[in-house]
Amino acid sequence: MAESVVLRRRRAGFHRDSKGWIFVGPFLAVFALTFLAPIGYAIYLSLFREQAFFGGTVFVGLDNYLDVIQDSKFWEAFGRVLLFLVVQVPIMLVLALLAALAIDSARLHGANFFRIVIFLPYAVPGVVAVLMWGYIYGNNFGLAADLNDLLGSTSIVPLSARWMLPSIANIVTWEFVGYNMLIFYSALRTVPEELYEAAAIDGAGTIRTIRAVKLPALRGAIVIATIFSIIGSFQLFNEPNILRTLAPNVITTYFTPNMYAYNLSFAGQQFNYSATVAIVMGVITAVIAYVVQLRGSREAM
Amino acid sequence: MSTTTLLRSRPSRPLKGGGVSRTSPLKPRRSRLLTGMMLLYLVYTLVPLLWLLLSATKTQDDLLSSPGLWFGKTFALFSNIQDTLTYDDGIFLRWLGNTLLYVVVGAGGATLLATAAGYGLAKYKFAGRRAVFAVLLGAVAVPGTALAVPTFLMFSNLGLTNTVWAIIIPSLVSPFGLYLMWVYASDAIPHDLLEAARIDGAGEIRIFFTVALRLLVPGVVTVLLFAVVATWNNYFLPLIMLSKPNLYPLTVGLTQWSNQATGVGARPIYNLVITGSLLTIVPLVIAFLFLQRFWQSGLSAGSVKQ
Repeated sequence: MAESVVLRRRRAGFHRDSKGWIFVGPFLAVFALTFLAPIGYAIYLSLFREQAFFGGTVFVGLDNYLDVIQDSKFWEAFGRVLLFLVVQVPIMLVLALLAALAIDSARLHGANFFRIVIFLPYAVPGVVAVLMWGYIYGNNFGLAADLNDLLGSTSIVPLSARWMLPSIANIVTWEFVGYNMLIFYSALRTVPEELYEAAAIDGAGTIRTIRAVKLPALRGAIVIATIFSIIGSFQLFNEPNILRTLAPNVITTYFTPNMYAYNLSFAGQQFNYSATVAIVMGVITAVIAYVVQLRGSREAM
Repeated sequence: MSTTTLLRSRPSRPLKGGGVSRTSPLKPRRSRLLTGMMLLYLVYTLVPLLWLLLSATKTQDDLLSSPGLWFGKTFALFSNIQDTLTYDDGIFLRWLGNTLLYVVVGAGGATLLATAAGYGLAKYKFAGRRAVFAVLLGAVAVPGTALAVPTFLMFSNLGLTNTVWAIIIPSLVSPFGLYLMWVYASDAIPHDLLEAARIDGAGEIRIFFTVALRLLVPGVVTVLLFAVVATWNNYFLPLIMLSKPNLYPLTVGLTQWSNQATGVGARPIYNLVITGSLLTIVPLVIAFLFLQRFWQSGLSAGSVKQ
């Protein structure tokens, strides 16, 4: 990274002047309004608390943060998305990686067709995906009911408390394997042909070529995909919030940290505490994403 | 057409006829086992969509009585579509119109802003450029939904909630799009070309629109595709910003229909939710398949410059 910056600086013809602001300015203006201002406002909100009887708010310093740290609902929600992250993300990324390697291998019949179809769920709106899977999971007219009839059992209950988290993981996996596959596939495309020729001349087989040529070329893409997936897991909201109407007793108002923050605000009117929960979650996410990025780039050297 | 696409999609690995034998690792034999395994995954991908397609052809009674992966007694697809479009005075069409508005203005604007900014960051070295990088990188790590509640309160104070602006303004920013365009513009536009245009006396804005933009097209299409998907699928933001059903996009509207099935005075309209879901998917799938041809060459164009 530092090296490329130096190279860039040395390269002649880089236009030095402030006219670049013409192009960057509009983006930054909207960015400031929709990213920086809400962050600042959230921090401001988190330092105050509504007064129960007198109305208005009073400055409480970091008290809200101390409350979040001791809030068992918050930690339950956090533990749930952490478990989700640790199990679902590796499964999803490995599936995406295998699919990308298979499509890139030139050993597949109809590789283009596979690539398009596997990417297809990404074009399905998340809401529709959840509604669809939710009905499929259901006992009324879903495939789960058909499967139970077929097997003569009643054991497949995707919307029960035991199955709920895997059921959500399945929806997220179905939605995003194709997207991650595309990230990996694009990275594989940038491998120069000479590297494959060199590997072939050295007598490397398929597995060896994957390990020595393809995986190193994929490292950056894997780090990026991992960071996006971590952020996505911690933000989990759409799937449980929509499934909640189908299984109101299983999914609580604090099923994930994001649902907790949402329900604090819009069902409980506790805007200050909700902002604090959002900030704590944001900080945790940013720290973990940063650590993954550091580890990823250190291993790359 | 298909051969040129194929050749363009793999510029670094030309399809040489002779020279390389069929068993060479560079042009390996196709594998039935691998294809079979991928077919299994394909089934997993397609079964829910097939279920949706078949369910959209059923009446509400058939939904409950017929097997999930086969047709019901009556073929009701067309009456379902008609009912979906006319239910509640045609509110579905209103939601479709809203979604299109948010997509055209939001995703279009986001692409324009990201393209200009990516180009500016890649091709100009101005004071404060590094600060811009630092702020952007920091902000991308903040979860978007962590911002939702404060954004709602802020917009509420500004009187913007329950207006189309509450959806459009936040959709205009795509840090990921900016990142893509910055990387793409760094490679795709030669400095010499810009210098030549400057010597010819062209202004910076004119250079951007007449010289640079043309070279950026494949990158722009890619960013546009992702922005369209993100805006079309947007659920959380409209859910909190809008309380008037008249302004809902399809995503929020469909969940509202789905919620009718439970609670006091339940009025289930499963067949309409399912048909509406199908209608929501179709335009995006078509747009995606259509754009596919463009960004297929767009993706590879980046790797031409090895």
